[in-house]
Amino acid sequence: MPIEIFLAWRFLRDGRLQTGLIVVGASVGIAVMVFLSALMAGLSTSLVRQTLGTQAHVVVRPAEQVARALRPRPGDTLVVAAVERAPRRLRSIVDWPARQLEVASMPGVTAVAPSVVGAAFALRGTTRRSVTLLGVDARSFGRIYAVEAHLRSGRFGVSATGAVLGVALAADLGVRVGDRIRLQAAQREPETLRVEGLFDLGNRDVNERWVLVAMRTGQTLLDLVGGASRLDVAVSEVFEAERTARRIADRTGLDAESWMARNGQLLVALSSQSASSMLIQFFVIVAVALGIASVLAVSVVQRGRQIGILRAMGAPRGRVVGVFLLQGVIVGLASSVTGSLLGAGLALAFSRQVENPDGSPTFPVELGPWLFVRAVTVATAVGWTAAVAPARRAARLDPVEAIRNE
Amino acid sequence: MSEPAVLEVEGVTKRFGAGASEAQVLRGVDLRVEAGEFVALVGPSGSGKSTLLHVLGLLQTPSEGTVRLSGLDAGALDDAGRARLRRERLGFVFQFHHLIPSLTAEENVRIPLALASGSMRATLRPRALESLRAVGLEAKADASARTLSGGEQQRVAVARALVAQPGLVFADEPTGNLDTENADQVFRLFRRMHAERNTAFVIVTHDVALAARCDRVVTLVDGRVTSDLRTPSGAA
Repeated sequence: MPIEIFLAWRFLRDGRLQTGLIVVGASVGIAVMVFLSALMAGLSTSLVRQTLGTQAHVVVRPAEQVARALRPRPGDTLVVAAVERAPRRLRSIVDWPARQLEVASMPGVTAVAPSVVGAAFALRGTTRRSVTLLGVDARSFGRIYAVEAHLRSGRFGVSATGAVLGVALAADLGVRVGDRIRLQAAQREPETLRVEGLFDLGNRDVNERWVLVAMRTGQTLLDLVGGASRLDVAVSEVFEAERTARRIADRTGLDAESWMARNGQLLVALSSQSASSMLIQFFVIVAVALGIASVLAVSVVQRGRQIGILRAMGAPRGRVVGVFLLQGVIVGLASSVTGSLLGAGLALAFSRQVENPDGSPTFPVELGPWLFVRAVTVATAVGWTAAVAPARRAARLDPVEAIRNE
Repeated sequence: MSEPAVLEVEGVTKRFGAGASEAQVLRGVDLRVEAGEFVALVGPSGSGKSTLLHVLGLLQTPSEGTVRLSGLDAGALDDAGRARLRRERLGFVFQFHHLIPSLTAEENVRIPLALASGSMRATLRPRALESLRAVGLEAKADASARTLSGGEQQRVAVARALVAQPGLVFADEPTGNLDTENADQVFRLFRRMHAERNTAFVIVTHDVALAARCDRVVTLVDGRVTSDLRTPSGAA
């Protein structure tokens, strides 16, 4: 065993009470770090997952039509033009099957679902509700929105005669699986469809407004035969969605909007939350570092004579520095192990303490291996850094002063 | 050409402080110790004995003059070089043993060997035990240093100073903190090591009786060597 490790270990073991207290103190600091990180990561993941439960990572639509100003006529005629935006109307993406394949082949894209989406009315007896009608291909749509997993009753059966709707809308209309509703859009005659399933996607607006029908039914109802008004895209890295959206727009000339662009406020909230958590962790770590440094500084004073005799026996300054740096590292490592366990335990206990009505934790936590790797790295680095000043002080001790006869 | 002396100092002075508060403790000391000599350094309190020992032991640098160990000029060495020389060629025994209390007797003795090799390896233990046997403490090898009596601790310190078989051992009032019986035991140990291994000793003491049992007595007064005599035992 290298002599530095041997002496560092023995010095720490000799001052059991001091070592124990500082390891406990540093462990609490590391536990706070692990706990806060797990909580923040869990909350962030849960918020993003909730947001993305009812949104595609990227939505691709036909490029917006821009009205052009009237060209000035040759001659002296002065033209004063006020360019008004063209009213939005439902249009199909030109050659959407080819576009779908093109987008699907792009890196990072995991699924592409074409759909035709427009406003409609759902009618049942005298009740009339404004809804969002989505004509979808069940298979590809299911890869983007987990409708199947969130079915409350019935099945995800969109067909020429079947529709699937949100639970809140069904309650408004007073329908259950097997009942019939009429859907009317684009000034056409209403079509009657059987309710095949009811879903709860965890978003009130979606549950109140979405009606899913087969693509062809949607095309007919919305008067867009053969067309698709949008492509919903899923990507492998959700936080890369904005970059993917820009690539899609550049390559296809279509409008592509990421969930990040649509939810700017959520991202700002997440990043401020993360920043405040990092700030708290920073101050906790500073407190841990000062604690370790003060204990080692006291140790240098207590062991002055021992350091002096080691120097007299020919221990170079570097070796004395090593003994004290290693004490910092050992304290850091030990604290990281106990602190990680304590923090993880606290996080799990906390997440189980408060639950939502559906049984899911109100404060979900995420305890990945990266969290523990970070705790060990940070604690070791903090231990090392905290030991630098005491170690240098020990190395500067004049052996003659240290061993002077009493 | 004759072999260089194990220790040779010329014109060594040592001043502390500066300006009005300057104090000159050593005023041009010349001294030569041959291999295997057994020297007592005596003098009244404040004569500069301990300071001279620290300068000779490379724990302090002289203000002027040269210190040579086996012909090697210590003034030409940096801190790391002086540390290496202490590690490889010198042994120290102080009035207070300065053992590391959290280690066992054997581990304390093993430290100088570990400092030289960089590792506290178990293969060094037999040499440490041998050194402890020489001071009669092999049975206490695994006892914690803090559980030993004062005399035993000083004997462990002697074993530690001798374990790396240095050519020269400096002892600063090595018996000053011991009762007569233990003091006599430690002194006899020095003598035995000297006889068995031809180790040179420089012992600072103000105990006249102990000095008289050395081969040579160097007297220091006011930072100068005022006499350098061979005792009857040394002459014999």
